[in-house]
Amino acid sequence: MQLISKVMEGVLALDEEKRLGLEFDAQPIPGDSDVIQVLVNGQEELPIFVTASDDQILCICYLWSEDEVKSERKQEMLEAMLDMNMPMPLSSFGRIDDKYAIFGAMSTRSTPEDMAVELAMLNDNAIDAIDALLPYLK
Amino acid sequence: MAGLFKKLITAMRGGAREVGEAVVDMNAVRIYEQEIEDARNNLARAKQDLTGVIAKEMQAEREIKRINDELGRYEQHALDALNKGREDLAEEVAVKIAELETERGSQEAAKTQFHAHVERLKGIMKQTEGTIRQHERELAMVRTTESVQKATRSITDNYGAGATRLLDAKSSLERIKKRQQDFSDRMSAADALEQESGSGSLDDKLKSAGIGDTSSGSSEVLARLKKRVGQG
Repeated sequence: MQLISKVMEGVLALDEEKRLGLEFDAQPIPGDSDVIQVLVNGQEELPIFVTASDDQILCICYLWSEDEVKSERKQEMLEAMLDMNMPMPLSSFGRIDDKYAIFGAMSTRSTPEDMAVELAMLNDNAIDAIDALLPYLK
Repeated sequence: MAGLFKKLITAMRGGAREVGEAVVDMNAVRIYEQEIEDARNNLARAKQDLTGVIAKEMQAEREIKRINDELGRYEQHALDALNKGREDLAEEVAVKIAELETERGSQEAAKTQFHAHVERLKGIMKQTEGTIRQHERELAMVRTTESVQKATRSITDNYGAGATRLLDAKSSLERIKKRQQDFSDRMSAADALEQESGSGSLDDKLKSAGIGDTSSGSSEVLARLKKRVGQG
């Protein structure tokens, strides 16, 4: 927790150029876990959740849940996600319980600049991914 | 190794367990941590042993060199004694040489043994380092699974209870696109306003009044060219 708080404080303190012209808003999520919710340009629809374990920092953005997927096209959707996974810069697709997500894993030695790039990229990738995979959603 | 990967896949397969139920058996984590700790201790011990055995190997080597020097010296003495016809002395020296050769033989055997021990310890260390690396990677997988689970739980709790529910993807995208559209609309509106009231329109007015940066029409250009060739 201390680690991500420190990195996020660094992100908020970056000058505009290093923030890639984006506005970041960071808030800890109450609860027993150490998660910070980040909004990029006030975009509350796609919050990014940042959490850390001993080994890495994870930035997670939930995309949709299982019940939003057109069941008859699920196989196609999964294959499309698998195909896009590698070309997609810095982020990967994943699934947590019944929620599909896009995420980036970072070294615990990442700088605020690294984090800003990660968050910006994740945000753009998330929007693009939903846009591209919309045909498979109800 | 593949064991843990398989276990995690089975545990995380959709429907294989209740949503939010822990994937990772914390007992298994503790066992891994203990195994890493044990391996580290083994490694430290092997390193210490290695230093000791290498020192002994070097000692044996030095001893062999010393004996060889001494042998050379005594052999010379024996030759000198024979030259001087002192066979009795030469015989005594020969006994000494035989003793030294026996001693050298046992030192060489010890050296070979120490060398083999060094190689064995190095092998153990390499293997232990591999085990540590593998266990640490597995532990990282387990820890990440655990922290993602925990994070998801507190996120779901927060959004489930509060008024701010997570939207479905389609509505989210619509709202984001609309906001982006609003933004670019505002930008174009600002541009238009600039056009109307800003410097753009003043320049336009001046130009139409023939003041300032007036562009010449093609007829003017033609007239100018004709003048140059003397037809004007």
